Amino acid sequence: MRGGWCCIRDGCISMNRNGNEQRPLVDLGHERPQVPARARNLSPIVPRASIAGRALVAVVAIMTFLASITTGAVLLVSASAAEWQSEVASEITIQVRPAAGRDLERDTAAVAEAMRTQPGIVETRPFSKEESAKLLEPWLGSGLSLDDLPVPRVIVARLQPGTTLDLAALRARVSQVAPTASVDDHRAWIERMRSMTGATVFAGIGILVLVIIATIISVSFATRGAMAANRPIVEVLHFVGAGDRFIANRFFRHFLRLGLEGGVIGGGIAMLFFGFSESVAGWFSGTPVGDQFAALLGTFSLRPSGYLALAAQAVLIAAITAWASRRTLFSTLDDID
Amino acid sequence: MASGPAPHRTELSLVRFENVGLRYGLGPEILRDLSFLIPAHSFQFLTGPSGAGKTSLLRLLFLSLRPTRGLVNLFGHDVSLLNKDEIAALRKRIGIVLQDFRLLDHMTTYENVALPFRVMGRAESSYRKEVIDLLKWVGLGERMDALPPILSGGEKQRAAIARAVISRPQLLLADEPTGNVDPTLGRRLLRLFIELNKTGTAVVIATHDITLMDQFDARRLVLHQGRLHIYE
Repeated sequence: MRGGWCCIRDGCISMNRNGNEQRPLVDLGHERPQVPARARNLSPIVPRASIAGRALVAVVAIMTFLASITTGAVLLVSASAAEWQSEVASEITIQVRPAAGRDLERDTAAVAEAMRTQPGIVETRPFSKEESAKLLEPWLGSGLSLDDLPVPRVIVARLQPGTTLDLAALRARVSQVAPTASVDDHRAWIERMRSMTGATVFAGIGILVLVIIATIISVSFATRGAMAANRPIVEVLHFVGAGDRFIANRFFRHFLRLGLEGGVIGGGIAMLFFGFSESVAGWFSGTPVGDQFAALLGTFSLRPSGYLALAAQAVLIAAITAWASRRTLFSTLDDID
Repeated sequence: MASGPAPHRTELSLVRFENVGLRYGLGPEILRDLSFLIPAHSFQFLTGPSGAGKTSLLRLLFLSLRPTRGLVNLFGHDVSLLNKDEIAALRKRIGIVLQDFRLLDHMTTYENVALPFRVMGRAESSYRKEVIDLLKWVGLGERMDALPPILSGGEKQRAAIARAVISRPQLLLADEPTGNVDPTLGRRLLRLFIELNKTGTAVVIATHDITLMDQFDARRLVLHQGRLHIYE
């Protein structure tokens, strides 16, 4: 153990070793301040102003906003698609085509009756002539008489939820009572919808990955810039024996805070966007664009779990910012040393 | 006291150089076949003409340069085998005063001097009095809240010296420590180094200043044309 004290008397210094490490290096004797020194608020070792924080916060905020919009849109499309699928999958459609020598009305009634007695079917609704005309109105115009056209009749049967229908047996039964009838369980539609939803989610994940990569690159550049600007500080810290972990932590705190600020701003704006989107969608309702969006995305409002997902994503992007800066800090410290 | 990694051998000397050479890139060898010891508690001046390699030798001693050849042993450790954390731990046992002071401009004089303690993780209340006393002793009592850009060259130099000695290192390296101060203050700073040496710190002062060296009878390490001549 080493230690010592010295005092000044008439310009002369004396210093003794006494083995007490806590003794001061110099003792001012009568020059010692009589009032205990006040506690000081120490400056941060890495000044906040030395890091181009505003630009980085803006970059992280924009990235978080884009990621949140992407995630929100994917969630909306997925929710709408799931709703369509459950609606479409809970119905089957029987089409009875007119044929020479057969009475379409009687075949339709026979098929409807056969469907009613089929286990697992809770409701059967044959479309009347007027309803069929209404379905064709967009293409053929109004005032149409179906008697002049060989238009098939449609019967919609609603299935009991959770029922697995024996489609082959049903087809055989329907063909027995009306040979010109065909059964459509909407499988092709459902497959197409699944493909569309999958493609949307895939595209969303792709955009998220790109946004995260862009965020990592931006943060790495910002971290390198901050380290370059603060290189004299890093060198002095090395001189006084600071290890890389100590130095990296001084910078890391700034970047974690910048990442959180950017994440909160970007995620918050995205949440406000979705919060007001229902009103915004209302402004466009009645227009072709508005109707298309409504058909695609439903009410255009996120569920509470969607907002939670956006909040989690903002935290994730802040964490990615912190991780990217930490990784860059250590690699840059290797270069500086 | 800061502690470094466990030494591989008994610390007879703080520093041992054996046939050390140094060159920058593909340039000529600027330090050649340096072999010397710096014993614990010793005091020495390192001198020689400008460009002789004094600062490079100090940087080798401070582990901020690696030798091109030869063996450098510091505190019982072969420096070529040390990792970054071990080097950082050893640096806590060394104080250094550089010609360009290397003070942090955004920190007050007090904070600059207290920096080694902050790096050690000590609470501000545990070192406050010690830092203030040392600042007063080096004549910076009235300047402890000033930022380095408004300090004179001499004041910066004193602050840099105070920062190097505040943690009472085992080895103090000083590069022209009295170059920017008047002779009276120069003598005062030399006395600080001498008193620090009496408490057990080995001191190496690189200087051109013959007057300064004449004030204290100490070992002289003279660098000339890349080679070291030792005058005990």
